[in-house]
Amino acid sequence: MAALDPRQHYGEGFHRFERALGAAAPGWLMALRKDAFARFAELGFPSTKQEEWRYTSVAPIAERAFELASDGAGELSRDEVEHSSFPVYACSLFVFVNGRFAPHLSAPRALSGSPFVESLASALEHPSERLEPQLAKLASYDAAPFVALNTAFLHDGALVQVPEGVAVEAPIHLVYLSLPGRGPRVSHPRTLLVMGRGSRATVIEDYVSLGVGPGFTNAVSEVRLEAQAQLDLVRLQREGAHHFHVSDVHVVLGRDSRFAAHDFSLGAALVRKDVAANLAGEGAECTLDGLYLASSRELVDNHTLIDHASPHGTSRELYKGILSGAGRGVFHGRIVVREGAQKTDARQTNKNLLLSRDAEVDSKPQLEIAADDVKCSHGSTIGQLDEASLFYLQTRGIDAPSARRLLMRAFASEVTSRIHQEPLRDEIEEILLGRIAREEAALS
Amino acid sequence: MTAPLLEIEDLCARAGGEEILHGINLVVRQGEVHAVMGPNGSGKSTLAGVLAGKPSIEVTQGKVCYFGRNLLDIAPEERAREGVFLAFQYPVEIPGVSNMYFLKTALNAGRKHRGQEELDAIDFLALVREKMKLMQIDEKMMNRSINEGFSGGEKKRNEVLQMAVLEPRLAILDETDSGLDIDALRIVSNGVNSLRSPERSMIVITHYQRLLDYIVPDFVHVLGSGRILKSGGKELALELEQKGYAWIEGGGGR
Repeated sequence: MAALDPRQHYGEGFHRFERALGAAAPGWLMALRKDAFARFAELGFPSTKQEEWRYTSVAPIAERAFELASDGAGELSRDEVEHSSFPVYACSLFVFVNGRFAPHLSAPRALSGSPFVESLASALEHPSERLEPQLAKLASYDAAPFVALNTAFLHDGALVQVPEGVAVEAPIHLVYLSLPGRGPRVSHPRTLLVMGRGSRATVIEDYVSLGVGPGFTNAVSEVRLEAQAQLDLVRLQREGAHHFHVSDVHVVLGRDSRFAAHDFSLGAALVRKDVAANLAGEGAECTLDGLYLASSRELVDNHTLIDHASPHGTSRELYKGILSGAGRGVFHGRIVVREGAQKTDARQTNKNLLLSRDAEVDSKPQLEIAADDVKCSHGSTIGQLDEASLFYLQTRGIDAPSARRLLMRAFASEVTSRIHQEPLRDEIEEILLGRIAREEAALS
Repeated sequence: MTAPLLEIEDLCARAGGEEILHGINLVVRQGEVHAVMGPNGSGKSTLAGVLAGKPSIEVTQGKVCYFGRNLLDIAPEERAREGVFLAFQYPVEIPGVSNMYFLKTALNAGRKHRGQEELDAIDFLALVREKMKLMQIDEKMMNRSINEGFSGGEKKRNEVLQMAVLEPRLAILDETDSGLDIDALRIVSNGVNSLRSPERSMIVITHYQRLLDYIVPDFVHVLGSGRILKSGGKELALELEQKGYAWIEGGGGR
């Protein structure tokens, strides 16, 4: 079998995609897609010779002929996606199947602020000029081939716009569901969150797959917070062991705004996440928390960038990993403090539990500080489950597997406890418990 | 005389590459309280560790029978479910696991093992509240992580609270008095005394006689260099207090 040429493969896919859409899209969008694809064709998939990709080979993605997933939502009933929604918590639920909005699977709660959410595709059908200054402005694809590819295939996704001063009480739950096809399939979910001045919301990006076939999710999210806006963004990756997940999140924080990301990677053949937060406005507060689990031969790679561009910014970053089997974790946390960003207060922590001899983690902080009156710290730890704690639990009648699960859960709780809404935290912990049980079972 | 609950025969054990216990013999019957005293390094905590199943201690010789079963063959969690309880000298802090959740899990593990129905949250709370009052532990403390940020006294009270909830048949208290001021000592002792019963035996390990003013033992054993050097009634502790450990180690007590 001849090796796959990604440029040619995705080029053909791109032409089919363009043809299928016809002239339905506005001119600026067609031009954007063409430009993005041209950039992808120039860049190609990254190689491990590039510093940013040193620890993560994307060859398993590049070598597979992923076809663009077409809309398969019609085949699905709400029951089939039931397990993807949170059973207890009253969220506004928006389901996207292979990147396309599926209204019949969604259950927006009329009174809870769903008017602020719509599908990108329908927003682009209407006079779309209002989106032009927003879309693809934060997520630059100039040096990012996966972002370029997502932008080339930009068609649908979630658009969340919370107007000035509005507090959305019910969390907005965006489920991005990958549906398997006959062959390997790719989808390019896109999310655009625009938080108006002084607005408040909680948004959950939830990446799920049905079935076990190999799939590839290539997601891009752009988040803009105007002054004093507050956003909690929970990102849940739970697509499963045969899936490939690449995502980019770009956030820009206005003056005195507050952004908190709670990122969970619960395992896939390969997960690569890039998060870039730009503290553009003075006094902005940014929290990036993450929890990643990798077992057997899974790989989770988190690259984060916190860019302090203005004075009086605060950032807190806590990433924790549980690695077992031949699982690998990568954490690369870059913090930039620009000249003039005085009184910046930045703290970064990365902690890892290595549960097997073959598990591995590469942890790399990178601080670039160009201002002199700042507080910046970072710390990184790698350890095992504490034997004394295990024994203590056992002496109270708790069997060793349960004790190990309890300690893993305790390790994770430092991240989950920072989700302030209790029902949401409970939902996440419940999902996590299932994952931890699998992790523990693989140990013995 | 009641039936023996615990029979230790010629027990030898190593820890940290060193022989610590050199042939311990001890019989504990139901309802008895035995004090084990001795200077630092005499092997008191190693003995406690052997009984609880601490993995870093290696038994090199001897037997330990618990209700006629070979205790050394049983995993630590099963020993606990069968009624062995160790109150730690240094209780472990476990951030991220609440005391309440931990204790409920522990209690239900034991109940399940004994074929009893597991307690739900409401019944458990009712049970634990009563014991909390006894140990002067409030609900706020119970909702905090296991021993995290607890003072020395709070940790020891928490150990005895766990004992009160789990209702062991053999309780081993490893220097439960260490680091306690007089008020805490009184609370802890009251808790322990309230748990004395004809069905429950205790091994109270201590360096000082002081604790035995509060928890009055039936027997006192003096440990030195990994052996029991002398056994007697509660008056032995007083004699020891007056004469010091050197008296026994020098062979005076024999």
